[in-house]
Amino acid sequence: MSAALAPRAPFDRALLLVAPATLFMLLLFIYPFIYGLLLSFEPAQGGALANYRKFFTTDNLWPTIGTTLKLALPATIVNVGIALPIAYRMRTKSRWQRFVTTLLVVPITLGTVLIAEGMLTYFGPKGWLAQFLQLTHLYDGAIRLTHNYWGVLISLIISGFPFAFLLILSYVTGIDPVLARAAATLGADAKAQFRHIYLPLLAPGLAMCFCLAFVQAFSVFPSAVLLGAPAGPTRVISIAAYEAAFEQYDYSMASAIAMIMGFVQLLIVAFVLSLRNWFYKGPVTGGKG
Amino acid sequence: MRHDFNELRLDRVTRRFAGGGGRIFNALDELTLTIRRGEFIALLGPSGCGKSTALNCIAGLLPLSGGTIKLDDDRIDTLPPERRGFGMVFQNYALFPHMSVVKNIGFGLRMQGVPAAQIEPRVERAMRLVQLTGQEHKLPGQLSGGQQQRVAIARAIVIEPPLILMDEPLSNLDAKLRLETRSEIRRIHRELGRATIYVTHDQDEALSLADRIVVMKDGIVQQIASPAEVYGQPANLHVARFMGYRNVLHVDVTAEHGDRVTVEAPDIRLTGMRKLPLNGAHAAVAIRPEEMTIVKVPVAENVIAGRVDNVEYGGRDSLVDIVTRGGTRLHVRAPVDVAMGADVLVHVPADRVLVYPAEAQR
Repeated sequence: MSAALAPRAPFDRALLLVAPATLFMLLLFIYPFIYGLLLSFEPAQGGALANYRKFFTTDNLWPTIGTTLKLALPATIVNVGIALPIAYRMRTKSRWQRFVTTLLVVPITLGTVLIAEGMLTYFGPKGWLAQFLQLTHLYDGAIRLTHNYWGVLISLIISGFPFAFLLILSYVTGIDPVLARAAATLGADAKAQFRHIYLPLLAPGLAMCFCLAFVQAFSVFPSAVLLGAPAGPTRVISIAAYEAAFEQYDYSMASAIAMIMGFVQLLIVAFVLSLRNWFYKGPVTGGKG
Repeated sequence: MRHDFNELRLDRVTRRFAGGGGRIFNALDELTLTIRRGEFIALLGPSGCGKSTALNCIAGLLPLSGGTIKLDDDRIDTLPPERRGFGMVFQNYALFPHMSVVKNIGFGLRMQGVPAAQIEPRVERAMRLVQLTGQEHKLPGQLSGGQQQRVAIARAIVIEPPLILMDEPLSNLDAKLRLETRSEIRRIHRELGRATIYVTHDQDEALSLADRIVVMKDGIVQQIASPAEVYGQPANLHVARFMGYRNVLHVDVTAEHGDRVTVEAPDIRLTGMRKLPLNGAHAAVAIRPEEMTIVKVPVAENVIAGRVDNVEYGGRDSLVDIVTRGGTRLHVRAPVDVAMGADVLVHVPADRVLVYPAEAQR
């Protein structure tokens, strides 16, 4: 029997439901991306690669990659690192689960700008935190947590944590708790259950969570301007792109910077996801039924 | 952790849960049971009877609300599961999906700090015992249900636990595999001689595997006895119903001579054996379909006349419903040549008519 003789499956009209989303992707994502990519090779002056050459030779452009990574990587590591133990503790239904989950998720509902405004007054030199520390003499030095690197980092952690937490919580609760019970009957204490059962099964999810949190942190813009020192230590790559586009009106250069930004993100994401291949990626239940 | 014991004593083991609306109910009510070395115990009952709760209490996966569990002279109900060292086989196997078959089976040994050089031969021996050789490096997801169950059993026995706990291990297998694995479990128990507690809702499994059966209902033990006794002499009407006494008739007591009781219902007059002291004029009798026979000529006693109302063909024989003139319906195993609508006489020996007090039925 050859495949040609097999009856052709009739066209499933339900597939048409994919059309609006496909169109949406084509118009609002693929087209602008390709447009930007092509635009980046059409600089105002010089050859096709002039923008890229300029980026990597100009002293206030190429270091933005490092500046952004220095903010995004620690913020992501801290967020995933803190979210994991909390989500793990929240894996069983308890009285506190809903309360704590709600509390931790609140920052999602606040915009970045609102968080920045709040932080300026709370963490500022005359903010509550500084006043409290000086009043209690816990720390008597000058407290500078805004308009510098730390302000932006704290803001990235506050706004990024809920995403990391919710994502990891859903991974953790997806692991059949009977596996941990089975491990317990085989002599695994709580620590061993986490190390040998939960952690390996969570690893692919953690990698995915790391990628999403990283991409989000890497494109930091408002808090870098509002809470940071946008001319110096927190001059992130999106600020460079913004300046090119809206201060120098060089859309071609801005496109090139956006492409570089995307490429760096892609590198990190590809690296982290390739680590996933070291781990088991199948279903996380213990058998049938 | 120990590998052997003389007696595991459960003393009034109780587990309460908060039910809907803040009500508290006893999922397990004062279970008292002594299990001897090497014994195979089946906890039998319908779902929700507390048998799995009992197993989880013994394993340490559920804290007790009352009572004690002692392994010889050591109290163990206060120990966490990882310090009890009982091997447990779960209903859905609970194999670690990210570990190969050998890693799964060796997990308990690694947790106990057994030197790596000893783990390999012990895992190999366990795999031979459950006949899994050749599947060492597959992941659980690549195995069939029956193979997964063997891994689960090997994983539980390789740590040489003093006690093996099995929670409905066969309920996810198809009928043929269930029978095969049942014999396997019996064989493994014979070869290892480890005390085993086996939870099931299947009376055939309990009868074929166990040395003693604990029949439970609503968290309360109904009977603890050998399979033959539970099968032939159920302690009460509930056990009788559960063990396949499908004919339960409500009757009036007309005469009692010692254990022999004569009872009557419309169109029916039976002599049976009293199982419990009767109180009052009402009683219930329990009869198995396979212990009634269709007779051609009336015999001295315990004959019921009726008409065949339904026939279910069963190969070697048929299960027929016979309705008496008074409207009582009886389930009877009959030869396959019995036809619908035929008038028949049914006989049951007096010692197979079990008479229970009427209020035992609910």
